This record gives sequence, C-alpha cells and structure tokens, in this order.
Amino acid sequence: MKLTKALATLMISAAAITSAQAANINFVSGATGNAIANLQEIVKPWEAETGNTVTIVPMPSSTTDQFGQYRLWLAAGNSDIDVYQTDVIWAPQLADNLVDLTEAAADVVGSHFPSIIESQTVNGRLVAMPIFTDAPALYYRTDLLAKYGASVPTTWAELTATAQLVQDGERAAGNADIWGFVWQGNAYEGLTCDALEWVKSHGGGQIVEPDGSISINNANAIAALEQAASWVGTISPEGVLAYQEEEARGVWQTGNAVFMRNWPYAYGLGNGDDSAVKGLFDVAPLPSAGEGTASAATLGGWNVAVSKYSPNQEAAISFAMFMASEAVQKQRALLDSNLPTIISLYDDADIAAQVPIIPRWKEVFLNAVPRPSAPAQQSYNEVSSLFWSAVHDTLSGTGTAAENLENLEADLTDLRGDGWK
Amino acid sequence: MSATTQISAAPRAGKPATSELQRQRVRAAMWFLLPMIMALFVAAGWPLFRTIYFSFTNTSLNDLYGGDWVWFKNYLSVRELPSGRLRWSGTLADPKWWNAVWNTVKFSAVSVTIEAILGLMVALVLNAEFKGRGLVRAAILIPWAIPTIVSAKMWGWMLNDQFGMINDMLLNVGLIEQRIAWTANPDTAMLAVLVVDVWKTTPFMALLCLAGLQMIPRDIYEATKIDGVHPVKVFFKITLPLVRPALMVAIIFRMLDALRIFDLIYVLTPNSSATKTMSIISRENMFDFSNFAYGSAQSTLLFLMIAIFVVLYIWLGKVDLGGKEKN
Repeated sequence: MKLTKALATLMISAAAITSAQAANINFVSGATGNAIANLQEIVKPWEAETGNTVTIVPMPSSTTDQFGQYRLWLAAGNSDIDVYQTDVIWAPQLADNLVDLTEAAADVVGSHFPSIIESQTVNGRLVAMPIFTDAPALYYRTDLLAKYGASVPTTWAELTATAQLVQDGERAAGNADIWGFVWQGNAYEGLTCDALEWVKSHGGGQIVEPDGSISINNANAIAALEQAASWVGTISPEGVLAYQEEEARGVWQTGNAVFMRNWPYAYGLGNGDDSAVKGLFDVAPLPSAGEGTASAATLGGWNVAVSKYSPNQEAAISFAMFMASEAVQKQRALLDSNLPTIISLYDDADIAAQVPIIPRWKEVFLNAVPRPSAPAQQSYNEVSSLFWSAVHDTLSGTGTAAENLENLEADLTDLRGDGWK
Repeated sequence: MSATTQISAAPRAGKPATSELQRQRVRAAMWFLLPMIMALFVAAGWPLFRTIYFSFTNTSLNDLYGGDWVWFKNYLSVRELPSGRLRWSGTLADPKWWNAVWNTVKFSAVSVTIEAILGLMVALVLNAEFKGRGLVRAAILIPWAIPTIVSAKMWGWMLNDQFGMINDMLLNVGLIEQRIAWTANPDTAMLAVLVVDVWKTTPFMALLCLAGLQMIPRDIYEATKIDGVHPVKVFFKITLPLVRPALMVAIIFRMLDALRIFDLIYVLTPNSSATKTMSIISRENMFDFSNFAYGSAQSTLLFLMIAIFVVLYIWLGKVDLGGKEKN
C-alpha cells in the first residue's frame, strides 16, 4: 500500500516536472521586416534557461488585421495562444482577457518610462509589459538633398517644395520612377497615425481630447488634410492610398523616394546590405506647419500580454518578463532598431554607436502624441475607423476636407452618445 | 433509393393506410436520414439560430453571454431628440449598410453575368473535338484551384502601382500614360475586384456548363447539319434551351457565392468603401468594433436577402433543382 502510494507520488511529481519542462509557449507577433527571423534568435536564451520552448506564430503586419484575429480568439477563450504581442492602443479593449502582471513586474516597472506603463494599466491592473516603443521619423536622402542644395525641411510647406524640386530634377535627368514623399495612406490604423500627425502639427487637436470632447472639425485640421490631399498624384504616387508601412519602405529602399514617413524599424533595414539607399539617408523629426506649431509624432509601441486562457500561465508570465527585460530590449534595439522602453538604455554606449537614431529619438518620443484610445475607451477602434475613412475619402477626392470632417464630427457625436464607454 | 421514392410516392397516393412493409421502410429511411439532419442542425441550424438571437440583443464581443433583449433596436429604432427632431438609428437607417448592399448587388450582378457568358463560351470551345483537349480542360481549372487568398495576394502584387506587371504591360503597349493605382483608387477598386473574380470563377462556370453540354445528344446536331441550319441558329434554338437547366443551376451557385463575397475583397481592397460588401461590414462590426449584436443583425439581413433571392429565382426561373422532370 505504502509502496504504491510512494510510486504514485513519484509518478505524479515526475509528470509535473516533465510537464513543467515541456511547456511550450505560443507567442503571436505581427511581422515587419526581419522581425520574425530575429525573434527566433531573441528567445533562445530563455529557452535554454528554462527548458521551455517557444513557438512563434507570425501574423499579418497590419495591426487592424491582427486586432480582429486576437479579438476573436480571446472572445472564444482560445487556449492555444499563451502570449500576445499587443499594440499600445489595445490595452483598454483587451484588458478583461489578459492576466494582471503587476505582481510579476513589481521589481522592474520603475526602470520603464512611466507614461508607457500607465498606458498599459487599466483599472489598476498592468495588463501588458512594454517591449519597445515607437515614434515615427522623416527619412530623407542626404545625397539628393545635397545635390539640389536643399536643407532638411522643418515645415510641411518646405517638405512639399523640396520634394517637388528634387522629383522634377531627377525625372528630367531620366529617373522616371522617383517620387518626392511616400507615407502610409491605406485605410487602416496606420493612416490614423499619419493623419493625426498632420492635424496635430497644424494645431488641429487630437481628434478626441483627453477630456472626451470631439475637436476634429476645425480650420487647422481642414488645412492639414487639404495639404495632404494635394500631395497625392504630385509628390506622392496615387498608389500611396493603398500603402502600409512595408509598401512605403519598398519604394524607399529601392531608392525611388526622396522622403519617407516611417517608424524607426526602417532605419536598420535601410542600412542593410541589400538596400539601395545604404548610407545615403538620415532621419529628422517630422515637420510642423510653421510658426506657432510644433512637430508631432504619433506614439506607437508594442507590448507583451499573457492570455487569461493560457494553460501555462507561469511559464507565459516568465516569458513575458523576459521579453520586456533590459537584455532583450537592447538586443532588439541593435537588431531591429526598436526604441527601448527602459530609460537607461538611451545612454547605452553600444546602442549609441550602432544605432545612433535611438539616443536622438528620446526627445521625439517624450513629446509624442497619443492616439485617443484612453478617452474613447471601448469605442477607440470605431473612432479610428471613422477618422481614417474621412481622411481616406478626402485624400482620394471623395468630398472636401471640410465636408468630411463635418460628417466625422457628427458621426463621432452619435458614437459617443451620453459619454464614451 | 427505393425508400425515398416510396416516401414521395406515399402522400401522392392519398391513402393514409399503407402496407406494413411500406411503413417499415419509411421508418428505416428516417433512421438513415437522422445523422444527416443532426449534422445539418449542428453545422448550419444552430449557428444561424444564434446569430438571429444575437441580433435582437445588445451583446458585445467582450461579454458574449451578457446581452439583454432589445427587440428591433439593431435593425431600426427611432428616438425623439430634445429639439423635437426624430432620429432614426439601426442598420436599416445606416448609410454604410446601404452602401454595402449596393456594392454587393452591383458586384454580384456584373460578375455573375460576365462569368456566365464567358463560362458558356469556354465550355463551347472545350466541347469541340480538338487535339490536346484533355490538357486544356485541366489547365483551365487552375485559377479555380488556387485558394482565393493566394490569388487575391497575387493579383494585389500584379496590380500594384509601382512594381505591378499590369501597369508595366499597359504602359509599354501605350494604353495608359501613367501608372494607375488600381486597388487604391475608389474609381477602379471595384473594377479590380471584378477582374480578379471573373478570372477566378469563370472556370467553375465553364465546368458546370460543359457538363450540361455533354448531356445534349449528338444526333440532334447531326440532324441540323443535314438540314443545313446556320450555326448561330443552332446555338440559340438547340444548344441554349438544352443547356439552360445546367446553366441556371450554375448561375444560382455563383450568385449565392457572389452575394456573400468576403475573402477576395478583404485581401485585395480592405477598408475601401467603394468595395465594402455586406459580409465585410458585418464582420467589421462584429469583431473590429465589438458590436456583436449589430453585426449579427447585418448577417441576419444578408441571410434573408439571399433566401429571398433564391426563392424568387427558383420560382420565376422554374429551376428544377430536384430533378423531378426526369421522373
């Protein structure tokens, strides 16, 4: 009797050990550039240390597509995915399905930027750990600007003029494929980011203000959208209305654009060996509208969150903490030119030497403008979709900026009803 | 087989008292049908019922079991504003919904018409005797065999404004003066979707038409040859009437597919209001905006529209889906 009991205990503990050892973490992540290949490298130390394995499940790079899929999985209580890579704007919408990391992260939260930790805290629960932050840059071709004696533009008007000048000159010289400025004009979350920058840098507010009021229908915002619409077909190809990040980078990295608006990930890739613009470009903060206005960069960034439905929660939390750790953030900075969320890494000597954009980006990121995900709460996606639709309509010539923003204001007012919830 | 004929024969006879053997056969047939009925209920009936149920609640994706019954609020409701103005809300008062309905109808009508005509033409060619016919028949099916997502992505690249080969070819031939952003421009987005859909589904139509063509007895054609009837007359007086039953069934299949078009548009022109269809907009509401109930109401309306269409089509076109004429 005793023997069988002992045997049984032994077997159970053995099973527990093997199951702990054999835990496999399924991690979903959207892919841009080399991110997925680099991730395989990044997770190796954690796999070696804990004996667990990580399966990386790649997703489309469009954050709108990713969100739709994650939403579906989480609503269905899917236990196949343990750890999600989440966009900075998702926390309020997904919070109910995610594990509270406050306790696990108690020792390290202090080293991260407080504003980012705050953005991932919903009703006192820390639902995701930041792994990198994002603020876009204006990429410009140093060789072409020097050739035409132009300086780096600080206002949108300067950018328009310089882009036109270089584009006309290069085309006359036989480069028929060159374009002045490429950006993200497809109707998706990325257009909300681009357009928020135009509007904010024209002094047109940020769609929905932190107090919940709807500010989008104003003269400055109308001027900002009219200007952007004037680029389509002149300094930007008409196809820009279907571009996301990767399409814009495709045109840029083959040497066919003078300026590009994109996130820092394109910096490292642009300096890769297969890039036609290697060593021929630099980055600057996005332009402003001139006197009395300031440059605006939309705050992006990614986090890792543990699903409430994960059967391996302990391992999953350990993995999430590993992904947010200083060592990994440094590695990502060097590999993918991702901006760290840990303050001390901005003074890191290796990063400063290899990816000089990062220390320079601290200021840009500290002044970045958040999308209205906090005031709009559960309705953020609908707010964003209404906004990007109004912008996309304006850019493609369906209605004027004034008409579309007036309609947008009415739609947002309907959506808000008695108050955002 | 004999059991089912017995069932349909029994009521026609009009005699409630049939032989014990016959009743036994009917009972046996019921037992054989039961698994199929169960499978249909689980796979089609239950989800349909749930969707209709959700459409009368205010369920959100965050809490699928916490919705309250709200009657027709998701379909149509009216509220008097403090100013005295009446405000209509709900799907039936939503301009985005009617835009999607119009897009779907436009897409279905144009794509199915073109596919039916092209499919019949291809089938006529394949029905003729020529060398290598087997190979051509197999080759023509390739577009149908490629998964829609893959072909949509492939066409997305081919239609790209900067490095797409279609723009390159048209430029070289001199048909266009500058590259056109086919999928981005609202004027050409629907055209791009139609071209890809026609490319993809014409083989399917051709295959169904070919099956119909091969049912036509050869001797009719031999007789027309002897009488010296003009080939065009042969087509309109003999081939078309005889292939009509097969063609009508092919069109109904395609129409059902076209009315619920989703994958091609979702990949090729996502979020373009020029191509958003009923399925696209209902998915968007259900998952992107977590208005699960509102999206369910739109799905239910889509289901109703397809059901009404099928009933009208079968009734007006006297389509013989059950093959009764032959009995």
